Amino acid sequence: MDADHPASLAGQVARPRFSASADWIGLAAILAAAIIFYLLFPNNLALLTRVIGIVMLVLSVDLVTGFCGVATLGHAALFGAGAYAAGIAAAHFGITDPIAMIAAGAAGGAVAGLISGLVVLRGHGLGQLVLSIAIVNLFHEAANKAASWTGGSDGLTDIAPSPLFGVFAFDLWGRTAYGLGIALLVIVFFLLQRLSRSPFGMLCRGIRQDPIRVAAMGASVRKTLLKMYIISGLVAGVGGGLNAISTQVVGLDSLSFTLSAQALVMLVIGGTGSLYGAIIGTVVFMLFEDFVSAANPFHWLTIMGALLVGVVLFAPRGIFGTAAHLFDQWRRR
Amino acid sequence: MSAVFEVERLSKAFGGLAVTQAVSLAMAPGDRVALIGPNGAGKTTFVNLVTGHLKPDSGVVRIAGEPLNGMNPMQRVQRGLVRSFQVTRLFPEMTPREHLALAVLQRQGRTGRLYGTLWSMPEVLDESEALLRTLGLEAAADRKVAEIAYGQQRLLEIAFALALRPKVLLLDEPAAGVPQSETPRIEAALAGLPADLAVLMIEHDMDLVFRFAKRVIVLAAGTIIFDGAPGDVTKDARVREAYLGSYADDRSVA
Repeated sequence: MDADHPASLAGQVARPRFSASADWIGLAAILAAAIIFYLLFPNNLALLTRVIGIVMLVLSVDLVTGFCGVATLGHAALFGAGAYAAGIAAAHFGITDPIAMIAAGAAGGAVAGLISGLVVLRGHGLGQLVLSIAIVNLFHEAANKAASWTGGSDGLTDIAPSPLFGVFAFDLWGRTAYGLGIALLVIVFFLLQRLSRSPFGMLCRGIRQDPIRVAAMGASVRKTLLKMYIISGLVAGVGGGLNAISTQVVGLDSLSFTLSAQALVMLVIGGTGSLYGAIIGTVVFMLFEDFVSAANPFHWLTIMGALLVGVVLFAPRGIFGTAAHLFDQWRRR
Repeated sequence: MSAVFEVERLSKAFGGLAVTQAVSLAMAPGDRVALIGPNGAGKTTFVNLVTGHLKPDSGVVRIAGEPLNGMNPMQRVQRGLVRSFQVTRLFPEMTPREHLALAVLQRQGRTGRLYGTLWSMPEVLDESEALLRTLGLEAAADRKVAEIAYGQQRLLEIAFALALRPKVLLLDEPAAGVPQSETPRIEAALAGLPADLAVLMIEHDMDLVFRFAKRVIVLAAGTIIFDGAPGDVTKDARVREAYLGSYADDRSVA
């Protein structure tokens, strides 16, 4: 190899397993799934839109837990902050343009991410987990007490988003909200795919694998994680904002420990450390929950428990993680 | 040549026990120095004081004349003080190529970038490739580190440090845990280190010390008891006492 032509070297280098074309396949798969779900459940678009909002929350958990190795049981704080920010913008400030509400949600989520990160990243291991729970409880209590702004335990109502782009009204069927949700998901997914391959994404994976080594190469673990917390807040905040637009009400449950824990469970079911895992886990969990709770209102929690135990025992990497692992082994053979 | 690395009267005590006592040394670019000493002599403490993981009670560490007091370990790395680890610390799920690319990006201050991939940064890939070749790691370049031989991991540990382009390199037992058959490769890598780099190697294996170092420093009970040519170290009475006499045994628990 001629050293005078360095550019030619790069072409020789083996590319990673998932190449750029796989990215487009992923986006196409999301769109295809969106259309199939639309055709299968035309009367259930509100649920599907809620699923998309929660997908954003689970993606957001994945960013800090799956990519960076920070365990959290308080991530609904970021989601709820986004929902309240979008809701308050509409109900108190008359900002009813849906795009502006989403932007408000993202900003609210980012601020909550910054605050959460500043507190949670002070701890390690179990202490970190406890701090994350404390954060979501504090957010919950703050929203409860600030009833004049948030509606307290009654929830924040009077959220009336104006038509999207001035054209598409938010109809009773929820078609506009669903379309907006899918569009946001595609954009977020595209950006996160790029993020996960970027130098910053590599550094984050390095932190999960060995933070001491990252520090020994002169990079700040804390600053990097804080940045990821803010990005994670943006994503969760978009999900929260979408939820506020689609349901036109924001309740305290969006800031709850329960939702935080459920988000982590969904991520584990799908598979941590992968964007696909976050999406698949959320869709499976929420649709399964909806189906089972309708089919058997008395024992649905038992069945949900069985699903979780089954996945953890038989597919410890989660549904997507295990499938990807099997595929990888099959290809090497 | 002026000193690139200076340690001046560095001291540290834990409780009443002085683990490092007024240690001073200076190194010029290109120096190859081995730091040896019996167990409990204070070598690890010394390294941690220099890298900023421990705060000294008194004394100064300088890189290229700049005092490092008050700087955290990361800032010291950014000033050119890089260490390797006695037990390799690498990212098990990344490939050697990714390791080196990440280190190059870090040196260039680009690890915060949220866009672009390695595969669109030919200059980063080329530099990684050159390092892989220098250390003979081409064959393992695209396998996960968890899957490559320990000897190769040790070589990668050195390459990783070099990718940061240090002024001073602290090598903590670079051949520890490597099977005998592979030590020649490690030695070759050490012999091929950049000529202007100051290297301080902490090592137990005296064969390696004698082949590598032009100067040997012996630390015992937290003080330097010998600083000179490798040929003279075994003749020194205090060194013998430290290694063989009861003097060493008393402190081996420290």
